[in-house]
Amino acid sequence: MTNDFVLEAITREFPESVISHDTPYDFLTLEIKKEDIKKVIHHLKDSSLQINFLTDICGIHYPETPEKEIGVIYHLHNMMTNFRIRLKTFMTRENAEVDSMTDLYAGANWMERETFDFYGIKFKGHPDLRVILNMEDLGYHPMLKEYRLEDGTRTDKDDKMFGR
Amino acid sequence: MSDNKPVIRMDAEAPEGFEGEGFFATKLSSVIGMARKFSLWPLPFATSCCGIEFMATLNPTFDASRFGMERNSFSPRQADMLMVCGTISKKLGPVLKQVYTQMAEPKWVIAVGACASSGGIFDTYSVLQGIDRIIPVDVYVPGCPPRPEQIIEGVMQVQALCEGESIRRRDLPEYQQLLASYDIK
Repeated sequence: MTNDFVLEAITREFPESVISHDTPYDFLTLEIKKEDIKKVIHHLKDSSLQINFLTDICGIHYPETPEKEIGVIYHLHNMMTNFRIRLKTFMTRENAEVDSMTDLYAGANWMERETFDFYGIKFKGHPDLRVILNMEDLGYHPMLKEYRLEDGTRTDKDDKMFGR
Repeated sequence: MSDNKPVIRMDAEAPEGFEGEGFFATKLSSVIGMARKFSLWPLPFATSCCGIEFMATLNPTFDASRFGMERNSFSPRQADMLMVCGTISKKLGPVLKQVYTQMAEPKWVIAVGACASSGGIFDTYSVLQGIDRIIPVDVYVPGCPPRPEQIIEGVMQVQALCEGESIRRRDLPEYQQLLASYDIK
């Protein structure tokens, strides 16, 4: 399995869904329309491409680009041929919701909970979408680039010492 | 034969009082204070690097046992000195508070190291910026991590506190107010 082969297979199957593609460091990366991401991943898993392992789901936040502010990134792996692929999908802040992959990959459950915890991205169809790492009453999604990283309530800390 | 054996003094200084033939009269507070001072039972709440330094403190090299803290209690009900060694995340905060609440009075708290004292370098959303946010602290030990000597110094500070503390201090309205301000019953 080569990058070109998989890219061609996907673009032939979903010509409308693939927005752009790139191979940074020889790692096939596709940007997929948000509505079609589940369809595409389902195809990758069940077709002869046999991309059978979900390595990671994570979020990303680009405050500078409002129409592509929130992103979800999927890393997939074919264990038989050791082929890896990365899929990205972007959405606006108001519309931060994508389909859950829990019925395709059981491992998506915790990864999506983590992504929800840190970015506030909702996953449609997730069986139990609640925070997983942060404390329940933290009250915000810390990895969005809009909260101060530090507590900010302590007055006795000397900024000189903390490199801020 | 070596004649340079170190002299180990095993006698504590007696508290103030009247001494006579076969009797010694002093305040109950002083006797209780002295007893508490030399029988502190620490509860090590060790989460990270400071915890390793605390373990070194218990080693024969530094030998915390010579301060009467021979037995490290891992049950809060049997301990009277809570030693918080290491980073406490916000998620762990309620656990620490529960441990403190379960300790029997009188109890003292040492915040060992920068993290327990103020959050240290972890100035971030997930880390409690000092355990004095959730429980009252008696002694802060600076350092990142502090050397065992510094931890021992903190213990000695607590010993000084125990010794001088009136046995009624914990019934004072100020103390009750302090606990109430932390929402501890």
